[in-house]
Amino acid sequence: MSKNTLDCRNLLCPMPVIRTQNALKDIADGDTLEVICTDPGTLSDIPTWCRINQHQVISSEEIDNEIVFVIKK
Amino acid sequence: MTQDISSQDANNSPKQRKAVALISGGLDSLLAAKVVQEQGIHVEGINFYTGFCVEGHTHAIRKKDKDKQKRNNSLWVAEQLGIKLHIIDISEEYKDIVLNPKHGYGANLNPCLDCKIFMVNQAQAWAWAEENGFDFIITGEVIGQRPKSQRKETMPIIARESGADDRLLRPLCAKNLMPTLPEREGWVNREELYDFSGRSRKPQFELAKKFGFEDFAQPAGGCCFLTDANYSKKLADLWDARGERRYELDDIMLLKVGRHIRPKKNFKLIVSREEGENNFLRGYKKQFTSIHTVSHGGPLTLLDGEFDKDDIRLAAQIAARYSGGKNAEQVTVQVENYNGTSYVMDVPPMPADEVKQEWHV
Ligand code: SF4
Repeated sequence: MSKNTLDCRNLLCPMPVIRTQNALKDIADGDTLEVICTDPGTLSDIPTWCRINQHQVISSEEIDNEIVFVIKK
Repeated sequence: MTQDISSQDANNSPKQRKAVALISGGLDSLLAAKVVQEQGIHVEGINFYTGFCVEGHTHAIRKKDKDKQKRNNSLWVAEQLGIKLHIIDISEEYKDIVLNPKHGYGANLNPCLDCKIFMVNQAQAWAWAEENGFDFIITGEVIGQRPKSQRKETMPIIARESGADDRLLRPLCAKNLMPTLPEREGWVNREELYDFSGRSRKPQFELAKKFGFEDFAQPAGGCCFLTDANYSKKLADLWDARGERRYELDDIMLLKVGRHIRPKKNFKLIVSREEGENNFLRGYKKQFTSIHTVSHGGPLTLLDGEFDKDDIRLAAQIAARYSGGKNAEQVTVQVENYNGTSYVMDVPPMPADEVKQEWHV
């Protein structure tokens, strides 16, 4: 399992969602993607997008105004 | 059109038809997709990000909204329907639509007709692409609902100019239009589509009730900021001041934030109104000259345009006007250039009556 990271800091929704969607296209099923965001809107949008597109949010953590998601494709 | 219209798949079972629904996040697109889904069609959603979408942005920026449930309506719609949603960034290509709409603007700077043609076009290119292989496109348009792009005579324009023509189905008003391919081929039953027309929203509300949808979004003006008079005014001001019609994505983001004050044609101030906007504007300090008050608490201000020393002084006085020191004799401000160099100066805050009303964009 390889580690992939996507920097979505300073991007406003829905850009982090779009970037996540596109980044997931390029990774293999079962791999994980770490996404770093600053827009609080992502707290709802990324998990929702993952739910409807059947990807799994393994964790989400808020550290110093940054939100870090780990998503499994 | 090289699309396959045969009615069976390789195993001789009836072919599962697939439709892609344009999802704006409003009620009409939700209903249109649902109506077709109910007929056993596999539906997926597509949503376009133009840069002007009401979704996201401001609600994420302003702190006062922080406690409000933040929801992206198109994601919400997709979840209600249990369909996949593909969000596509068209902000770059979309500039040409905003700047040069062939069919002109609506009441404000909203190029709705061109916008619809463009979106159907994009949806079609995406849907017909080999790996996606969809059979038709669904939109929630209703005749006569919006002033220009949804009049009956403009409907064929959208279908024709987008090239989607026969494969563009509008379930909410299909019965008022000529039967399209999905209807003629029996993929969908025309009898179970609708004949909504006019500006009344009642039929939609009734249908929503029938499907059990509650809490759906009802944007007042339309799906984007271009229908907003104040926003359009700011955009027009930007073009006017620059002497040319063009914009970058950052420009249109910033139009949604702060007070915009233009004391002279060559520059304007963007003054944050609260902490959320302050944080947001801080992200632009490497692109703009900024001013913040140091002797008193106050907002962050960005300067946009071209300005000399006197202009900066004028801007500092205005910025001081919006600080905690507005009644002080002198306010100390720090001016920071986008390259990181900075200096401080003392200025008298501009008296309230000297900040002219017409400066407010
Ligand atoms: S309101 Fe905006 S997004 Fe909606 S059709 Fe008009 S221009 Fe396009």
